[in-house]
Amino acid sequence: MNPHESNHEPLLEIKNLKKYFEIKGGGALGRKKQTLKAVDDVSFEIYKGETLGLVGESGCGKSTLGRNILRLQDPTSGEVVYDQKNILDYTKKEMRALRKDMQIIYQDPFGSLNPRFTIGQIIGEMYEIHGIARGKEKEKKVKELLELVGLDPQRYHSYPHEFSGGQRQRVGIARALALQPEFIVADEPVSALDVSVQSQVINLLIELKKEMGLTLLFIAHGLNVVRHISDRVGVMYLGKLVELSDTDSIFNEPAHPYTAALLSTVPEADPEARKERIVLKGEVPSPASPPSGCNFRTRCPLATERCSQEAPAWQETRNGHFTACHYPLEKGQTLKDAIKQRKEQPEKNTNNLIMA
Amino acid sequence: MLKVDRLVTGYRGKEGFVRAVDGVSFDIEKGETVCIVGESGSGKSVTSMSVMRLVEFENGEIVSGSIEYMGEELTTKSNEEMRKLRGAEISMIFQEPLTALNPVFTVGQQIVEAIRYHQPLSKKQAMDRAEELLTMVGLSEPKTRLKQYPHELSGGMRQRVMIAIALASKPKLLIADEPTTALDVTIEAQILELLRKLRDEEEMSIMLITHDIGVAAELSHRIIIMYAGKVMEIAKTEDLFDQPHHPYTKGLLESIPKMSGARGELLPTIEGTIPGLNQMPEGCRFAPRCPLATKKCHEEEPPLERKCSRQVACWHVEEFLASQREASERKEDPVEST
Repeated sequence: MNPHESNHEPLLEIKNLKKYFEIKGGGALGRKKQTLKAVDDVSFEIYKGETLGLVGESGCGKSTLGRNILRLQDPTSGEVVYDQKNILDYTKKEMRALRKDMQIIYQDPFGSLNPRFTIGQIIGEMYEIHGIARGKEKEKKVKELLELVGLDPQRYHSYPHEFSGGQRQRVGIARALALQPEFIVADEPVSALDVSVQSQVINLLIELKKEMGLTLLFIAHGLNVVRHISDRVGVMYLGKLVELSDTDSIFNEPAHPYTAALLSTVPEADPEARKERIVLKGEVPSPASPPSGCNFRTRCPLATERCSQEAPAWQETRNGHFTACHYPLEKGQTLKDAIKQRKEQPEKNTNNLIMA
Repeated sequence: MLKVDRLVTGYRGKEGFVRAVDGVSFDIEKGETVCIVGESGSGKSVTSMSVMRLVEFENGEIVSGSIEYMGEELTTKSNEEMRKLRGAEISMIFQEPLTALNPVFTVGQQIVEAIRYHQPLSKKQAMDRAEELLTMVGLSEPKTRLKQYPHELSGGMRQRVMIAIALASKPKLLIADEPTTALDVTIEAQILELLRKLRDEEEMSIMLITHDIGVAAELSHRIIIMYAGKVMEIAKTEDLFDQPHHPYTKGLLESIPKMSGARGELLPTIEGTIPGLNQMPEGCRFAPRCPLATKKCHEEEPPLERKCSRQVACWHVEEFLASQREASERKEDPVEST
């Protein structure tokens, strides 16, 4: 689905969402409090019926963002607008009712299922909590769900340990689907699975989405998987959203140097796909003490003095293509070209710490 | 240089003896980078641990077969002899660099220990060499790093330290077991770049164990595809991707979403799951999931047979290739794809 052509109606609007953690550890005695900005002022929309992919390295805040949108954690500030109301203002009771519409699938198919419950109990619980079905009726519904996600309904009474990793992930998906939600956050749903099983689960998600008209926030670090499944993709770095656009635009014409570098080094299952690799130097700084100005500037091959002084604004640099960068790549410009140009125009480049 | 022949390695457990590696044969030439690719339970790590003779410390046992390194048989060597070989001739780096490093010694102490174990150098000389090694693996401020403890370093830096230790005595064979799996994408890119440099600049053979066929495509000269304790296919990297000869290899390659090409469509999959170690099927291990499997496949195990520059273990290579040709002819119009 191309969001420019079709349904542009937002299901969720995330406005200036922040999640800060107070941590101990600063100062000589470790008593000074520090603020860790796990999610820092992130705004975007999730359209009805789309799959929005969210990528980034560990610690970039992508999972925290997903959990905060569902209020599994309470954000420090910001708004999550659903059905014209800010759900961050909801009471516990209102939240519980809303959970029917919003669900999550976790990465770990081992840790997220209670080992002492049968599959029937784990999924059936959803119906009981929300007073939808009990007894025989519940069993019937659960068995239908098992069938839907490609598991044998006969295994209603089996325990999680009797299933393989891929099958357990199907149980997790069945549980998320039980109440026919409108929106699902899938937090690294295939990262723990073997390749041959991974594709089975990806297919299941693609099919279910089509059948049930779901809206998905698909969080993952595997770029090829995200590309395959997403309509639009957001890229996060150190608590900030740095780029967001439709999938083809992100992968073919990235605007942010971080995205471009990331894409240039994905190990591809094709030895002939020789590409210009831009290997980023250094590591992601600690989110407890991010750099001044732009978060990415310490590793950015294009950074200048300006980047250390001024945080770039989140803006629409091309049609439907959002970026937070002072020097976004133009359409068709590669990062390699941009680095070359920067070298040829040293007057623009007052930066001394990067190119060395 | 390294010749593994019909290696069988297993573990004794509650349910009796299970064979994690069951009759694996391959070789690695001098200066060659070979990747062993497989999913979990394929036996790829156990194979590498067998070559290092480290399985014994994990309750494993090499039951039969031979491992020949530079003409010397490793399976019959004493522990003492192996210890002299490990680190000096054959080195290994592991997936999890935090657990592989000792938390109570500094980076410098650990590298110096590794150097002095095999080389008659003074502490001072060894320290200089350690600094040299850290520079070589691309660590900034090597002098500071030498004085730091493993917990003070990030995952990527630790992996560089591990590589420095592994390179300390200029080994002829480097075994890397999932060296980038625990790392973030940008750090993985850095480590892959380093391994690429080592491959090209040092006269060293590399045996790389990975589940990521993309990593294998980037680094290796040849690829060994393992499944359920057996070798399915061995081929030159380009040949393998160009035309897989084993249905499992093809299934594996196709089930990975590509970075170019169609999006959002259903991916080709390999139905079913990998068999557990104690419930191996009769005949070909891949038969229960193979679309081409016949009665013979379920009864008799196919041998690993040489075919030009490759080796394949499948009863139906010819039929498989014919069906591939047909499929590609049907798909491609008169225009030949390049």
